[in-house]
Amino acid sequence: MDGRRAFDRILKIDRRWIFLLVGVAVVLPFFFPLGLPVVVTSPVQSLYDEVDKLPSSSQPLLMSIDYAPATLPELEPMSLAILRHAFENDVNVAVMTLHPAGYGLAERALLQAAEEYGKVYGEDYVFLGFQPGVSAVILSLGVNIRNVFPEDAYGTSLSQIPMMDGVRNFDDIPLAITLAGWSAAEAWIYYAVEPYGQKVAAGVTAVMATDYYPYLGAGQLVGLLGGMRGAAEYEALVDHPDQGARGMDSQSIIHMLIIALIIVGNIAYFVTGRARKTAS
Amino acid sequence: MFADGERAIPAMHKRWAEWASLIALAALLLCPATLPAQDAPGDAPADTMLATRAVAPPFNLTSVDTPNDRGSSITLSWEPSPDEEAGAVISYEIYRSADPDTGFSYAGRVPPGIASYRDSGLDNGVEYYHRVAAAATDTLLFFSPTVGPTIAFPQWFNINRVNVMIGVIIFVTAIVYFVTSAKAGKELFIRRLAGLDELDNAVGRATEMGKPILYITGLSGISDVATIAAINILGEVAKKTAEYNTRLIVPCADPIVMAVEQEVVREAYAEVGRPEAYNEDDVFYLTRSQFAYVAGVNGIMVRQRPATILYMGMFYAESLVLAETGASVGSIQIAGTDAVTQLPFFITSCDYTLIGEELYAASAYLSREPVLLGGLKGQDTIKFIVGVLLIIGFIVATLAATGVIATDFMAPLYVTG
Amino acid sequence: MRRQVPLLLCFVAGVFTAVQYFIPHPVVQDFQERFLAWLMTLLAFAFLLGTVSLIRLHWHKIRNKADDRGYSFVTLVGLLVMIGFGFFHPGHHSPGSPFSTLFQNVQVPIEATMFSLLAFYVASAAFRAFRARTLEATLLLVAATIVMLGRVPLGELIHEQIPIATRWILEVPNMASKRGIMIGVGLGMMATALKIVLGIERAWMGGRD
Repeated sequence: MDGRRAFDRILKIDRRWIFLLVGVAVVLPFFFPLGLPVVVTSPVQSLYDEVDKLPSSSQPLLMSIDYAPATLPELEPMSLAILRHAFENDVNVAVMTLHPAGYGLAERALLQAAEEYGKVYGEDYVFLGFQPGVSAVILSLGVNIRNVFPEDAYGTSLSQIPMMDGVRNFDDIPLAITLAGWSAAEAWIYYAVEPYGQKVAAGVTAVMATDYYPYLGAGQLVGLLGGMRGAAEYEALVDHPDQGARGMDSQSIIHMLIIALIIVGNIAYFVTGRARKTAS
Repeated sequence: MFADGERAIPAMHKRWAEWASLIALAALLLCPATLPAQDAPGDAPADTMLATRAVAPPFNLTSVDTPNDRGSSITLSWEPSPDEEAGAVISYEIYRSADPDTGFSYAGRVPPGIASYRDSGLDNGVEYYHRVAAAATDTLLFFSPTVGPTIAFPQWFNINRVNVMIGVIIFVTAIVYFVTSAKAGKELFIRRLAGLDELDNAVGRATEMGKPILYITGLSGISDVATIAAINILGEVAKKTAEYNTRLIVPCADPIVMAVEQEVVREAYAEVGRPEAYNEDDVFYLTRSQFAYVAGVNGIMVRQRPATILYMGMFYAESLVLAETGASVGSIQIAGTDAVTQLPFFITSCDYTLIGEELYAASAYLSREPVLLGGLKGQDTIKFIVGVLLIIGFIVATLAATGVIATDFMAPLYVTG
Repeated sequence: MRRQVPLLLCFVAGVFTAVQYFIPHPVVQDFQERFLAWLMTLLAFAFLLGTVSLIRLHWHKIRNKADDRGYSFVTLVGLLVMIGFGFFHPGHHSPGSPFSTLFQNVQVPIEATMFSLLAFYVASAAFRAFRARTLEATLLLVAATIVMLGRVPLGELIHEQIPIATRWILEVPNMASKRGIMIGVGLGMMATALKIVLGIERAWMGGRD
């Protein structure tokens, strides 16, 4: 009877105790890092291989950094890892965004990576900025980039930017990667992959990643990064562990905690459930 | 004894000279330091010896007008140079001219491993000649024979999309047939949707408790069909709240959606004869920003403590935060979304959930309008056809993969261009 | 007339957009390009509409001394400060400008923190609501446990089969069910779009006839 009463109290526990447990579980690895190795999965490897075979100093990689500040912790590590990979291989990079709040974040990631590798604006990378109208933007990029971005984000005409010379539309872009915490990847599939046959890869939050396996299986996406785990895997591939790798420790602990909570909650539920049935 | 002009050399000195020459020659041959370095600064690397030799050009070059395009484009394809595998080819360079013999200008370049190129930006109706060179270095090119003349012109129809067109025609036909049947008075069955059956109870509960109903139409814009479906349901809910004189609060995340929802709610109140009960301030724009919207709605939940919360439309990561807060204030929650990612969160936190296209069916279910029911039946018919095609396709693909039949003849059905 | 003109525009635009998908000829595609440019321009104006609506709403609350007018005041001040810096400061929104500094150091941490609340809510929901009440719910919980373990390095240490099981769950039952739902949702979207183009569905205009 005491045991059942204890489980009953557990079921009625104030949710703030659970919040506290979560907070401790997330913060603890900051002070006691586990340093667990990350095994690379095939969707991430596929994306890495696609970026790796891009020609250097030639047709640019188009990165659409479409995430907002809310999903920054999961997606910025991905964008930095991919940018570092591209710059390491001297691949030209053109960055744009379809989200108004993504402007500052895209610029921040691009400038950080470019500075690390000593890249020159206009020759090695360009920031195209933001344009509203997701579907219209992507469809127009397939016709002529200058219809959407006649100038870069700083007002310089694209015709005056050396690396954009000869880049007209998707025909001149070997790979486009979208990083988004909303349905931007679907928009890229509907309006870039299907009408123009453009090669597209995506980086999305962990909760969204399961939605994109059908597209990956059908070949409509050539690679997929899912959440912080995807970022950690890519960082392992480019041998530059950063925020993604560091986050894996906290994620490991928190997943264990949630599993423990589910188990305890179910045990308590069944024990008290039996008690009620016996009493009735 | 000596020839004229020769200086006499003593025999011993001559022998020393011979030995010294031999030793010097041996040193030259055997000592690596005396040999010119293979990669000494200023010298070309030894492997240049290989790269500067001739490479075989690509062959079997063909050029055709690019099919199914808007014109101004010619597609070239070729067999790669036999020396490509040895790594002797650094790229293929494409040249074009309007003349078969002269005036060739650079058109583009592809890396080894690629044996086709789309030359675009051309003039329609003009004859073009092309040739492709295997590049051993940036300046050493080995050209294929010239091909042409080829003329670029636009097409009026994209043949690769015939399968899509047939599918659309079948789809439209089915929808129109069932809508017409419904208008003609034919009875159409629609199965029960538990979440929508509870709507009356949910509104009644709010009326009894004297608390408002909170209706959230998601974060997407008016162009999203989930939002359209949510607005349809809002109209029906607004009629009920007008009848029962229950307050309806609708915070919006999009100004255009807000304008539409204000109109829908106003008309719903007018339809049941209670236009004076409509309060425009209860259908308001909050913010477009995702988590600012969540914070605002959570604040409304905690302050107003609604009896019933309805989540209908497109939701993203905020779904669980909203639903958990709603659960914590003790509201009945009914959700409906086509955001597959968020369905698990709604299912665990809400009392009833409309899954995926049940949301689209909701407006037909609630209003029972024949036209909307007809559209729903048409949709279901197409789904049945798709299901049958999938099963047949799966069987055919399996038989083709195992060699029982020669080819997967269903594959072109699923591929678009 | 008030309803007929929008319906006609909707029909023409919808049919044209569908038909142009099959016709690559520049006669049609050039018009499509211009149409897309107009669309982008109109959508840009939607931002303006949103800003005006926001200002109107919160100014209304402040003027009428509504209970939560303090939040409205903060909202308007924040909006005006960012607009002011973005438009009128010499640095505009370039890196290091006041606009950029406020965005990077205020908005980004606030939004990231709000999203991070999800972790707490997931844990709370897991404890409160994830119950093995039925066979299906039990299967769901088992699958969720395997995937949660398999997606972190700790799972790989516990047992080498966990990542393999995770991959199978994601690539087979998950993909199959998602495909099914996506096909249904896709057909639903097509049907709704068709009804809108044909004028059967008129909720987007605000109400029915």
